[in-house]
Amino acid sequence: MLYFLLQKEFRQIFRNRTILAVVLVMPLIQLIVLPLAADYEVKNINLCIVDNDRSPEAQRLTQQLTASGYFRLTGYTASYPEALALLEADRADVVLTLPQDFERGLMRDGGQTLSLAVNAINGVKAGLGAAYITTILQTYNNAVRVQWVQPDRFPATPVLKVAPVYWYNPFLNYRVFMVPGVLAVLVTMIGGFLSALNIVQEKEVGTIEQINVSPVRKHYFILGKLLPFWVLGNVVFTLGLLVARVVYGIVPMGSMPLLYGFVTLYLLAILGLGLLISTYCETQQQAMLITFFFMMVFILLGGLFTPLDSMPAWARAVAYCSPVTHLIAVMRMIILKGSTLHDVLPAAGIVAAMALVLNTWAIVHYRKTS
Amino acid sequence: MEQPIIQADKLTKRFGDFVATDAITFDVARGEIFGFLGANGAGKTTAMRMLCGLSTPSSGRAHVAGFDVATHPEDVKQNIGYMSQKFSLYENLTVAENITFFGGIYGLRNPVLRDKREQLLARLELEHAADKRVGSLPLGWKQKLAFSVAILHDPKIVFLDEPTGGVDPFTRRQFWNLLYSAAGQGITVFVTTHYMDEAEYCHRVSIMVDGRMAALDTPRRLKETYGAASMDDVFYTLARGAQRGE
Ligand SMILES: Nc1ncnc2c1ncn2[C@@H]1O[C@H](COP(=O)(O)OP(=O)(O)O)[C@@H](O)[C@H]1O
Ligand SMILES: [Mg+2]
Repeated sequence: MLYFLLQKEFRQIFRNRTILAVVLVMPLIQLIVLPLAADYEVKNINLCIVDNDRSPEAQRLTQQLTASGYFRLTGYTASYPEALALLEADRADVVLTLPQDFERGLMRDGGQTLSLAVNAINGVKAGLGAAYITTILQTYNNAVRVQWVQPDRFPATPVLKVAPVYWYNPFLNYRVFMVPGVLAVLVTMIGGFLSALNIVQEKEVGTIEQINVSPVRKHYFILGKLLPFWVLGNVVFTLGLLVARVVYGIVPMGSMPLLYGFVTLYLLAILGLGLLISTYCETQQQAMLITFFFMMVFILLGGLFTPLDSMPAWARAVAYCSPVTHLIAVMRMIILKGSTLHDVLPAAGIVAAMALVLNTWAIVHYRKTS
Repeated sequence: MEQPIIQADKLTKRFGDFVATDAITFDVARGEIFGFLGANGAGKTTAMRMLCGLSTPSSGRAHVAGFDVATHPEDVKQNIGYMSQKFSLYENLTVAENITFFGGIYGLRNPVLRDKREQLLARLELEHAADKRVGSLPLGWKQKLAFSVAILHDPKIVFLDEPTGGVDPFTRRQFWNLLYSAAGQGITVFVTTHYMDEAEYCHRVSIMVDGRMAALDTPRRLKETYGAASMDDVFYTLARGAQRGE
């Protein structure tokens, strides 16, 4: 039974030029264009240094920061209120405060904590600035730590943390950072749209009646839709990985079977969502709009552009309910950081649960008799 | 007497307040060619979908091939063939691929499936077109193919919803020859049509008006009852009072 369903789906897929073009061309276009367009490597971050120490060591650090090319020193003062005023006036993105005993602390105690305040208006720029500073400080002196402060006059300022991912992308190359995320989006879009549109298309053409009037069991029918797109999703992912390697020289640091294992699991979830949507829609247009809505929310909240940590709590809560968030995180972990099964197990558990729920829901909701 | 193959008893379908099919009661005997007539919107498709197990009746009962359509729709499906009003073979698959697929999902397996496919292609004289996409065939051929595919698994009954819409009289005649030969093999034929000449070919004919069954008899007796010269006149007399229609 399943054999005939699969044979038919594959024949239809291979005969559909649009699907083939999308599957072959999308990985290339997206992976090459998106990371370039979304290149967040921000230069000219306005930095204000509050130097309470005025020691040679403090001078050296200042120089090092400005020499990095990322920062423009827009303020150098001994007064914290003055620096905050700059921040408020949008003339500074980041304020770094060196304490009075900065040099002495470094020499004598072998450790020092600096405080950093960021301008939350342009959160991305400031967040990046903070990340750059952290990295530069590390190379400057391992003993220097950064402490985050929240200025009173910026009550809405989210407490920014340096996402751990930055540590594994020490050169702050945003393309490297973006590629696994874009790969995740790619797999999501292909899987989500193809599966959501497919059953609806059969409804529109009317062939679904012919299936519904046959003795085909509905879970076979759903499985017959799921498996081909699942294979297709893996093909797209593989192509994407190849592009990442050829164009960006990105080779996953972690284990390939683990990476594919997770993607495979993830595809079941996203395809389940697509199929579920298609059981609720009557026209391809409806399916398209609804899928688009989910994709937008998932991708915007997925941590691709904005780190989860800098989102408000409600958005973070929504993000955790989105499979895309977990895929992006896991892709970065495995590809950039070389994480192991143990590290991705929680995400895998969540995604597996989603896959189970969505597919079961789709099968239950799909009715051969109305 | 042999148990009727289709029994409908006050079969009703409501969509909200609207009664699409209104308590229709009738029997169809095994091997019969049963014409199911009615103006557009009379409720033919709705009734047929209930009989095929595609739609659950709002009230009333129906047994098809011995199974209750409300409680055992999947058993009904095992025993019937259906050709819906919308053309419904896969246009981007070839003739042979469609036959294989539909045969396959009805449980036919290879030596048998292959034989059936060859026979079907030979009967329709479509051997030369076996590898053509169905979408590229003329409408008349598509309809004949769809019908043949619908009876590929030797169902007890075949339901045909306006199977000959939009084709020329010659092709319709060919189609009815296929129908007769299927009936000759013992397949009961339940067919809706708008063509009154086709109604004349049926053993018995029912006429639906606004969801109700207004008449049911052989074409000849219907003409007698309504003092009409042709089925056209019978239909016109009955359908004149209809409120619905498009
Ligand atoms: N799913 C539905 N929801 C609401 N109304 C419907 C639905 N299906 C059919 N109808 C209505 O029921 C009536 C009968 O339709 P149908 O059975 O298709 O008629 P026929 O096949 O005789 O032309 C029509 O008025 C149609 O609009
Ligand atoms: Mg109809």
